[in-house]
Amino acid sequence: MTDIPQSAARTNALDELLPPLTRNEAAVEAARCLMCYDAPCTHACPTHIDIPKFIKKIATENLRGSARTILESNLLGATCARVCPVQELCEGACVLGAEHKPIAIGRLQRHAMDFVYDNRIEMFQPAKSTSHKVAIIGAGPAGLSCGGELAKRGHSVTLFEKRDLAGGLSTYGIISLREPIEVALAEVAMLEKLGVKLKSGKELGVDITFAELQTNFEAVFLGVGLGATPALGIPGEDHIIDGLEYIEQSKLAARNLAVGRDVVVVGAGNTAIDCATIAKRLGASQVTMVYRRTEKEMTAYPHEYDFIKREGVNFLFLTQPVQLHSENGTVRSLECLRMSLGPVDASGRPSPQPISGSEFLVMADQVVKAIGQQKPSLASQLKLKTEKGFIQVTADFETSLPGIYAGGDCIRARGAASTVMAVQDGKLAARSIHERLVARG
Amino acid sequence: MADLSINFAGIRSPNPFWLASAPPSNSGMQVHRAFEAGWGGAVWKTIGPPVLNVSNRYGAWHYGGQKMLAINNVELISDRPLEINLREIAEVKRAWPDRAVIASAMVESKPETWHDMIRRIQDTGADGIELNYGCPHGMSERGMGSAVGQVPEYCEQITGWVMEVAKIPVIVKLTPNISDIVMPARAAVAAGADALSLINTINSIIGVDLETLEITPNIGGKGGHGGYAGPAVKPIALNMLAALGKDSVVGGSRLPISGMGGISTWRDAAEFLLLGASSLQVCTAVMHYGFRIVEDLCDGLSNWMDEKGFAGISDVVSRSLYRVSDFNNFDLSFQAVARIDQQKCIRCNLCYVACNDAAHQCIDLIAKDGTVVEPQSYDIQSNGKEQAISTRPSVHVREEDCVGCRLCYNVCPVEDCIRMIEEPSGRPSITWGQLSESQRDVTEDWEKMKKYREKMGIDIH
Repeated sequence: MTDIPQSAARTNALDELLPPLTRNEAAVEAARCLMCYDAPCTHACPTHIDIPKFIKKIATENLRGSARTILESNLLGATCARVCPVQELCEGACVLGAEHKPIAIGRLQRHAMDFVYDNRIEMFQPAKSTSHKVAIIGAGPAGLSCGGELAKRGHSVTLFEKRDLAGGLSTYGIISLREPIEVALAEVAMLEKLGVKLKSGKELGVDITFAELQTNFEAVFLGVGLGATPALGIPGEDHIIDGLEYIEQSKLAARNLAVGRDVVVVGAGNTAIDCATIAKRLGASQVTMVYRRTEKEMTAYPHEYDFIKREGVNFLFLTQPVQLHSENGTVRSLECLRMSLGPVDASGRPSPQPISGSEFLVMADQVVKAIGQQKPSLASQLKLKTEKGFIQVTADFETSLPGIYAGGDCIRARGAASTVMAVQDGKLAARSIHERLVARG
Repeated sequence: MADLSINFAGIRSPNPFWLASAPPSNSGMQVHRAFEAGWGGAVWKTIGPPVLNVSNRYGAWHYGGQKMLAINNVELISDRPLEINLREIAEVKRAWPDRAVIASAMVESKPETWHDMIRRIQDTGADGIELNYGCPHGMSERGMGSAVGQVPEYCEQITGWVMEVAKIPVIVKLTPNISDIVMPARAAVAAGADALSLINTINSIIGVDLETLEITPNIGGKGGHGGYAGPAVKPIALNMLAALGKDSVVGGSRLPISGMGGISTWRDAAEFLLLGASSLQVCTAVMHYGFRIVEDLCDGLSNWMDEKGFAGISDVVSRSLYRVSDFNNFDLSFQAVARIDQQKCIRCNLCYVACNDAAHQCIDLIAKDGTVVEPQSYDIQSNGKEQAISTRPSVHVREEDCVGCRLCYNVCPVEDCIRMIEEPSGRPSITWGQLSESQRDVTEDWEKMKKYREKMGIDIH
């Protein structure tokens, strides 16, 4: 093993975890699907892909038809095939789950999507061009889905993205092990071919004003996601690495990512698990996740928790960081307090209460925080009504400003934020926007 | 332990399972190995005049991930010289005195040619002869195989020639490529055959290659009809087997019948026995999995017989044959309805769509609150496994509307989830035959039928 160059080993360490199904594996798995009527998997899918339909098309080797079935409900089918928490959605609802193994819906969807992207098939042609112009802010899953659906209907769509690359969290925030960056970028390219005009490096309020948008476009969709990771508010915070940046670097420049020997990850959500995975796979000898509540309250999906335990990551529950200790700019340890669970708080979970005098040191030379993201700041800038800090929208995804729509993580006041939910928001918002534009004539 | 041994028209074997005359019984080496694996007998691959084979020879039908639900072939009779086959038949018989070794033959339709062939077979010490009147390809074009089996007169004439010199039991093998299987069977009976066997393969084209547009299997750019066999043909074979047993002439002759056509497991074997076969021949399953399958054929059959209290094969043979009847004799007042076990139901709703689209619309989707709902009646904003599972309606049969068609039972993927329950209709038993005799007008006039239904309380929604 020692003669493998570090960079090569690193690249391999984060290779996509699941190999693609072979043609025969896909055929066997597709044949196993019962083809339920009014299937629960389709109900469970937030975008309501007709799953038995696309699976049976795989069984009949109609891969083009299979892919079309998926994309008609979900333009980001290739991303969702990889990042969806299928155990909580389609596969979790599979009728074969109780006594057998559920159908591997995610992997079958990926099989159909790979066929489209490997063969460079252009599945959709835009409808006859209308004169209507729509601006989309943010090229994450919600914005891409909304933009694609509107472009399909013939509208002129301009997609403003503040970062260099489009794709949002699919590009920057999901570890390669689950979704290689190429998959997200291929989807962006597909939508550009469909007519979406991508303007990257353009931030609302910096490069383009809201007034300009209102003048030049008939409708605006905000798919701006959430803000930065909040501060822990402890001494030594400067040395703590933002989990999202950690993931981003692992995707864009893995060989330059500095990974410690003893890494502590603060938080126990899915992003925290991704950070721990990166650290473990890129050479840390010890990775410890620190969480102030217990495993019962953690927000990570159960299958992600199972995964990270198998990766050999340690857990410190009921533990809250209080100070980072460093020497000459080198992190030495994270001082923590033991906690106990108190009454239920606003999040509906028991609140962690510090046990005084229980301070202890966790040895660490790198500390990464993944404790959620801040609420969208754009809401206050634009004076939009909010709900629990998230942008408030109607059933039609319209904000408190007429003609300004929003979707994705920035409106997710209830329920778990996920890529597929954002895709559905974008799709439904596009329908509302389309109706609005058509009504205007 | 059940006794599996048989005495079939004087041919004895330790169990009823024989290799059918086909590629698995093409050589002494193969039959030796089959006997080592436990086969009770072997019908040698047909010997006869010189032939040359082609490739590709075998096509197959695969479905739903299952390989080889059926096979078809254009392979001819043995392409090994007659002398070698006869020598090996003699060697195998000497080495395996307790197994049945039967030579299958077809030759040109001349009495002296048949006489010569029968004598040469008898010289090998073989236990019996099977006359191949069934092969539907290659040989039939030369006036042999099914060209004989399809014409009862030829069948009778040639069997007659054979019987003139035969000193060992003669089995006539029938082709299914005929509108009434009973006719050639009667001809064989009339000619004095000792036994019958069926079915040979069915004429078929297995498919067309959608890439090349060639016929499957492709023989140098061409293809054509070949003999169809394997699990998919079993129901056809069972029907023909029962037809022979029910025929007054063939059944009445009490000639033993060797059954074949899709036997793959002991369960298939038991069904053939129940409908009148007293020896069983297997080919496709061996072509798929090899000689080793005989172990479970014997073991499974023996266990089932023990469970059922059948001491020997003869206790099983024809046991269900008396139940085979025709529509005229079925009780019109017998009523069965489908009942769904809600505990076992996995909510795939396949019964619902089958009943609703393709049967008699008597299964409802019932929501948690007891109301009947339409499919896809959930809120488009709802998602996730909890919502999908917890709000999924259940399927219920409106038993008063159920006609007992049994489609839902057939599509249900869960064992014993849907049962067909016998429900007394309250009407006196009557068959269509009886009705057309006693009230002919009811069977000929819709108005009268309407009145009859009203009177009998027969409501068809």
